Amino acid sequence: MNDMTPITTTLKDWETDQEVRWCPGCGDYAILKAVQRTLPQLGADPKNTVFVSGIGCSSRFPYYVESYGFHTIHGRAPAFATGIKLANPELDVWMVTGDGDGLSIGGNHLMHVLRRNVNLQIMLFNNEIYGLTKGQYSPTSREGTLSPSTPLGSVDRPANPCAFALGVGARFVARGFDVSKNLPEVLKAAHAHQGAAFVEIFQNCIVYNKDVFNDFAAPKGGEDRQLWLQDGQPLLFSNGTKGISLNRDTCSLEVVDVVDGDWEAAGVTVHDVKNRALAHMLVEMPFGAFPMALGVIYDDPRPTFESSVIAQNAKASEGKVADLAKLLAKGQTWTVEASDADHI
Amino acid sequence: MATLAADKPVATAPAPEAVVVRFAGDSGDGMQLTGGQFTLSTALAGNDLATFPDFPAEIRAPQGTLFGVSAFQINFGSTEIDTAGDAPDVLIAMNPAALKVNLAALKPGGLIIADTGEFSKRNLEKAKYDSNPLEDGSLAKWDVLAFDISALTMESVKPFGLGNKEALRCKNMWTLGLALWMFDRDRQPLIDWLKSKFAKAPTIADANIAALNAGHAYGETAELAGPLKKLHLEAYPQPAGLYRTITGAEAVSLGLVAGAQLADLPMFFGGYPITPASAILHHLARLKEFGVTTFQAEDEIAAICSAIGASYAGQLGVTSSSGPGIALKGEAMGLAIMTELPLVIVNSQRGGPSTGLPTKTEQSDLYQAVYGRNGDAPMPVIAARSPADAFDCAIEACRIAVQYMTPVMLLTDGYIANAAEPWKVPDPASYEPFPVTFLTEKNSTDEDGNEKLLPFARDEKGARPWIKPGTPGLMHRIGGIEKNPGTGNIDYSPASHQLMTDARKAKVDGVAQGVPPQDVTLGNTTGKLAVVGWGSTYGPIHQAVRRARARGLDVSQIHVRHVWPLPANLGDLLKGFDNILVPEMNTGQFKTVLRDQLLVDATPLTKTSGQPFQIAELEDAIAAYFDGIPGNEGGEVEPNSQQLPSPETVNP
Repeated sequence: MNDMTPITTTLKDWETDQEVRWCPGCGDYAILKAVQRTLPQLGADPKNTVFVSGIGCSSRFPYYVESYGFHTIHGRAPAFATGIKLANPELDVWMVTGDGDGLSIGGNHLMHVLRRNVNLQIMLFNNEIYGLTKGQYSPTSREGTLSPSTPLGSVDRPANPCAFALGVGARFVARGFDVSKNLPEVLKAAHAHQGAAFVEIFQNCIVYNKDVFNDFAAPKGGEDRQLWLQDGQPLLFSNGTKGISLNRDTCSLEVVDVVDGDWEAAGVTVHDVKNRALAHMLVEMPFGAFPMALGVIYDDPRPTFESSVIAQNAKASEGKVADLAKLLAKGQTWTVEASDADHI
Repeated sequence: MATLAADKPVATAPAPEAVVVRFAGDSGDGMQLTGGQFTLSTALAGNDLATFPDFPAEIRAPQGTLFGVSAFQINFGSTEIDTAGDAPDVLIAMNPAALKVNLAALKPGGLIIADTGEFSKRNLEKAKYDSNPLEDGSLAKWDVLAFDISALTMESVKPFGLGNKEALRCKNMWTLGLALWMFDRDRQPLIDWLKSKFAKAPTIADANIAALNAGHAYGETAELAGPLKKLHLEAYPQPAGLYRTITGAEAVSLGLVAGAQLADLPMFFGGYPITPASAILHHLARLKEFGVTTFQAEDEIAAICSAIGASYAGQLGVTSSSGPGIALKGEAMGLAIMTELPLVIVNSQRGGPSTGLPTKTEQSDLYQAVYGRNGDAPMPVIAARSPADAFDCAIEACRIAVQYMTPVMLLTDGYIANAAEPWKVPDPASYEPFPVTFLTEKNSTDEDGNEKLLPFARDEKGARPWIKPGTPGLMHRIGGIEKNPGTGNIDYSPASHQLMTDARKAKVDGVAQGVPPQDVTLGNTTGKLAVVGWGSTYGPIHQAVRRARARGLDVSQIHVRHVWPLPANLGDLLKGFDNILVPEMNTGQFKTVLRDQLLVDATPLTKTSGQPFQIAELEDAIAAYFDGIPGNEGGEVEPNSQQLPSPETVNP
């Protein structure tokens, strides 16, 4: 941002006068509030903040945040965001997408914005269903999902958003869920990361896919199946009675019991946000046998795309004068003398 | 005879007004390079010229095959040249396939120069020749100069110790040397060019120069032996000034840079590789110091979306493609129309549909440009008539985009993109700047007298304000959903959609008020026949009308740059003509636009062979209105085999 002085705002300052049009009880409300609660804590400046989205329920998000906002077309938000950041890297860009928008029609763009490492925050609201088109199964829907387009159950295997992100080279991958009190902390970490920060947010679609995340996200009873990751801390869950350990023989993770809090004795692995191999294993843990890995899974910054582009442009321009007249007359030229043209 | 000729000093034959030369060879033979350098030499000699590179879609098709033939045609002379010429006077064929593919075009009595070194049994088979055409008498109606260019080249570069393959690669320079001799050209600029091109490999430079000189020297010898004549064409008198040659792709690139400067904006170019549009991306990628950011996106859609993102953030967004890519960009164009953001979209048209003819030319994307989006999505469309004209058109596209807050499509085509012509280098200061003003304060007040932002309030042109993110106090949201006419908030009430649809249409219609009235390019402002064209048909139409007028026919040329919306006076202008003929390289798309917009009886003349119109084709079509007789008021004649079929026969 031009002026790095943190701006003092309140949650109210980030609310627009627009009527929110999500279904009553939708998880999107909780995410919106979490974002509006987080932005003041970041010292974010509304005039320098841009929310960019594609199409779908989640993509209505920009209309409800009092900043600059661009509700674009289906799946293409990463491309718009890339253009915005290249044109003005000082802008603080948040991208909002969904499982259909980001992984189906826009999968290609999501891949490239992550690979290029454009400096922005990407929130992918994953509700495992197409909401705005009335409930068709999505690329993250589990096998057997019954929907209007799959009345006999879906047969294709779902995509794993975080595994996708890591696979295409993302340098920041995190997870949260709509009603989690930890969501602002996850968003803050995403914002602090310089580069493309990918956050999968499990979101409850109460109309078409109600409570599919209840096994770990239910307000009561889900806690034991949440593995909240913290850099440098052991991978403990279920109130510290269980942990995740790396079996060095099989090169895979396993759940171990932790007795009397002695996680070292149980061989519990310590989380390292810069360990890419560990990140891959954490996002691939099959839920059920394992808990759901949440929080910052991977965070290892690299130079951003726009900083590299700008540096290259600056270097290429060094010592050169932008003389248009000279440019037009470049190459081999010849002069026709006035006398030659007299008779024309 | 030989003795007699040798006694005389080398005499130049009486020169024609113009000559057409076609270089043809394998796609790996360097014919485009040879043609390009011959073009430069022609320009330096002061001739007017037009070129037509015609190459296959394959990069290095199998050697010696018919589909691997690459050709470069140049028409040059001491008179005004607008087309690459109908039929070549000289065909330089580097192998049997090149001869076979190009022979049909050659003028009867024209000259064939062929490299016998390549007329091996194997190459003849590849070119599907049963016998050697150089020996079987099948070339009797042409002059043939056949000799072993390969061997002569090898001989000339011997001192440089090159490998066989490298030595043979100098063949094109040997041939160029011969061509320079034929047309009495100075070798020095080519020698300078070779020295700079191969500065890091002086042996290669020297070998190529030696080949060039050897080819030139051979001209003297060959003249003695046969049909080769030295021709000197006088310079074409042009207005005084500084000149260079320019291709359409270069002109578009430079025009965009100029347009961004006149708008006082940095430029963002989002592109994706596609033939024949990629050259624009390549040119702009080297112009960073002009505030140009180029971005090679992951696909055509991302290319336009990133450009719209950049426009949203306050730069001049530009994207470019050819038909198939333009199709992919359609939805995003709709968003730029809906959010009313400036954007320039360049379409270098090629033959379609689908992948079609990637390296051949066509004008068949006009419907796509004008009508090809969902919803009522009006967008200005302008078309360049020639490589040099593309410079001004690109500036015009930038102007309309920023002044009307709208995407604008600039149409060129494969012919314009690749062809070169002399260009009088313009003075950038002679263009009127159109600097952009961004909104920095709220632009309205509410009923209580409080300041209020209306992102979709309109100025006298119907354009909304351009508001950059980062501007204090002007936070607002835009998107593709129908919006309230003032606030831009989501509002798809019946009244709102009606008002906004009308406003978008009125704004684009209004562009016609801000463009110069349509002029008559050649001829009178009323009369018997107007030949109405757009885009790259300018050259052949211009020459055909010029020739017809010289024969006394009452025909005028009207060439339209602003194809959407049409210039405000075009309807009245056309009503002054008894007949309207619309030649197009499509099945009659502009004809439809004219009929629909102006309710005039526009008659199509169409061609979709992937080749530009020939002047003769258009002359015939014009003659059909006059019975070929000057002053024939009756006009119509019975069709005969000499004439093109009537439009009604073609398009009942």
